[in-house]
Amino acid sequence: MADIHKLAQMFQELDDQLVNCMKCGMCQAVCPVFGRTGREADVTRGKIALLEGLAHEMLTDPEGVNDKLNRCLLCGTCQANCPSGVSVMDIFLKARAIMTGYFGLSPVKKAIFRGMLKNPKLFNSLTSMGAKFQGLFTKPANDMLGTSCARFNAPVVGDRHFKALADKPLHKLVPEMDTPAGKSGIKVGFYVGCVIDKMFPNVGQAILKVLDHHGVGVYLPSGQACCGIPALSSGDTETFDTLVEQNMKRLMAGEFDYLVTGCATCTSTIKELWPTMYQGNEALAGDLAAMERKTMDISQFLVDILHIEPGKTMGGRSVTYHDPCHLKNSLGVTAQPRAVIEAAGCDFKEMAEAGTCCGCGGSFNIAHYELSKAIGGRKADNIIDSGAEVAATSCPACMMQIMDMLSRKGAQKEVRHVIELYADSL
Amino acid sequence: MSNDALAKEFKAVVGAENVMTSETDRHSYSYDAAVLDSVMPALVVRPETSEALGAVTKLCNDNGLPLTVRGSGTNLSGGTIPHPGGVVVLTNGLNRILEINEADMYAVVEPGVITATFAAEVAKRGLFYPPDPGSQTVSTLGGNVAENAGGLRGLKYGVTKDYVMGVDFWDVNGELIKSGSRTVKCVTGYNLAGLMVASEGTLGVFDKIILKLVPPAQAAKSMMAVFPSMKAASETVAAIIANKIVPATLEMMDNFTIRTVENFRGAGLPTDAAALLLIEVDGHPAQVEDEAAVVERICKENGATELKVAKDAAERNAVWQARRDALPALAKLRPTCVLEDATVPRSKIPAMIEALEDIAQKLDLTIGTFGHAGDGNLHPTILTDKRNKAEWERVEKGIDMIFDRALALGGTLSGEHGIGLAKAKYLEQETSRGTLAYSRRMKSVLDPKGILNPGKIVTGE
Repeated sequence: MADIHKLAQMFQELDDQLVNCMKCGMCQAVCPVFGRTGREADVTRGKIALLEGLAHEMLTDPEGVNDKLNRCLLCGTCQANCPSGVSVMDIFLKARAIMTGYFGLSPVKKAIFRGMLKNPKLFNSLTSMGAKFQGLFTKPANDMLGTSCARFNAPVVGDRHFKALADKPLHKLVPEMDTPAGKSGIKVGFYVGCVIDKMFPNVGQAILKVLDHHGVGVYLPSGQACCGIPALSSGDTETFDTLVEQNMKRLMAGEFDYLVTGCATCTSTIKELWPTMYQGNEALAGDLAAMERKTMDISQFLVDILHIEPGKTMGGRSVTYHDPCHLKNSLGVTAQPRAVIEAAGCDFKEMAEAGTCCGCGGSFNIAHYELSKAIGGRKADNIIDSGAEVAATSCPACMMQIMDMLSRKGAQKEVRHVIELYADSL
Repeated sequence: MSNDALAKEFKAVVGAENVMTSETDRHSYSYDAAVLDSVMPALVVRPETSEALGAVTKLCNDNGLPLTVRGSGTNLSGGTIPHPGGVVVLTNGLNRILEINEADMYAVVEPGVITATFAAEVAKRGLFYPPDPGSQTVSTLGGNVAENAGGLRGLKYGVTKDYVMGVDFWDVNGELIKSGSRTVKCVTGYNLAGLMVASEGTLGVFDKIILKLVPPAQAAKSMMAVFPSMKAASETVAAIIANKIVPATLEMMDNFTIRTVENFRGAGLPTDAAALLLIEVDGHPAQVEDEAAVVERICKENGATELKVAKDAAERNAVWQARRDALPALAKLRPTCVLEDATVPRSKIPAMIEALEDIAQKLDLTIGTFGHAGDGNLHPTILTDKRNKAEWERVEKGIDMIFDRALALGGTLSGEHGIGLAKAKYLEQETSRGTLAYSRRMKSVLDPKGILNPGKIVTGE
């Protein structure tokens, strides 16, 4: 382990960003984690003060600071509402990378990121084996939601009501695709993302159906890798860089006007983190910037580019919408998914606190399940109180979390991606 | 007693999960929103019941431990920065609204209730709690009372002190002291509730607060007026009030702030204007129409070059968005933002603005000024980088000069941010030696060991 003075020097490199926090404390109003615990070290201001404490060698316990640093959903709500415009996400991701450099990556994370994520083929075959055998260990928990829970006490799974791996992932159903632009005159690249590929291939199929319907050509390269956010949020910049390179190689082999995804997290990672956090080959910077400009969420593409029209009501099927943090806070996309729901002919019902995080936060859910459950429970209550039959959202990670939370409450609600609703209406 | 033994004693009172001793937790309660050095407390405790709060207070006194009560830590004068080796007592475990009485128009709250949460709950019952400090979405009512927080509605509706009907608080011996009542009139004993307002945690630990509620205005009208000089804007303010009109809000922005806000939002503010007034009149619909018309006329008579009256909710929101943007827009310019609140009599605003411009020029500082023109409470905002030593020395000199000029104009050190650590040294300059001695004598009797938020308001000898 390096010495603490060296660690302090590394954090001092963040000083120009840290100093912008004027400690006004307004982040307390919006932080989902602080909302549950009321502890200052759980809110952004507290975490920034702790990083400053390390940078200025006022603190002697980097492990303690690291624990607090990881108690964050990276939902970005604080940054979106920060009066002095502190680049919170940038600071926290860099800080996590520094911490990982100092403490090293945990063996489990090392196995997952470097052993599996970096190697999409292995990742795919491991998960397809998982899909075949998961029935032995799990039992159905809620038919309407399609969730399962563990048959017996299992580590990590615990008492979660989780969405099982799909029998056939999207990359088996549609290994690759390269079709020319149709009547729209537009061709898109389709970046699938791990959760849609392995858990919700139906969402991927819905996207392909919609694109086909509107005469949009599709470039879907095989061998797509993870977008890199799980590695980056654990401070593993090495794996992140490799994943960015693997994806860019596949994507740049095709020609397309826009790159669409059905995953809010992948979209914001490609747009906000690929260009800023990638530290590998400098020559890639221009391509990353170009990819950033081309990338958009599928609803944004339908509304802003294809200009789809609101449809006729299908007869009272009521739908509410949860704003994924990575669309609302990171990219400011909130109107388009709602417009797609209306274009699908559904009766839209706004829920209370639609823009509040569902509590998933990727690996936050694994490391801090109790907190994640407390935050998600409130989301489930708001969905139930909205009276809508369907809870729709734009991020498969949010879908997993919301399914778990609704299933735990025994709620008879469907959880759908907005694009599925629209595909159904065609 | 050792820190471990003390922690054990506190755990017995508030529960183990409510005592924080780790370096990281303690560090996260070592600062507030003031630009001052942080100070590490020895312990942080979070009582969840009134009895535990009283017991914690007594325990601190018995052990001679400095006690600093903390709500959300948004204080701008260092009032919630702990004393070295002291105990921070959090109030966010005491955040219940105990009663909202619609018939008698009052509410009883615990000190940790969030201001905006409370105001929204009151609004749901068709009543109104007017004080709206800038930090209201996170600030606590206990903190608001301890600081006598103000806000945008001070001119017409008053500030926090005008809504405090009673405060029950713990004295250092752990006795519950009751003051005030649930009635409009009450002359039972000393006005101890009044003494608690703005006491900044130095005289007692708040347990419950009784707050006055009022009926909300039925209608409101907002407008924005553009002026070619600060003088014209100030004269307009004086003329509006001379015409016996008291707007609910009457805010001002200087040219530097206007340009910064426009750069930030791009909402079409006139960047060449010397001053903007943002005005809202409220009340009965007929009265609002009449008053709005008079205000419009007065603005024009006093040289307003442009006047925009909000026709709907969206336009009204746009007017106030400009004001809400003032601080965030200024704060983004430089790393450090020192927000002052020297206040002068309304008629002295042009003189104060002139003084601020003079100070900025003499010391080569960037100062943006906006604030509550209606009540003379300006917010000169110094934009700097505290890491730049030479500049920071000029900032400190600038702050001294701001206070000197405000006092010379018959004003006061602080309109709404409190004295705390930051302004304690200026207190005698505004009051007198005798006033300080009287305050010290009072404090020494009520808090003989000096444990209640030491170093704030009245210091040493």
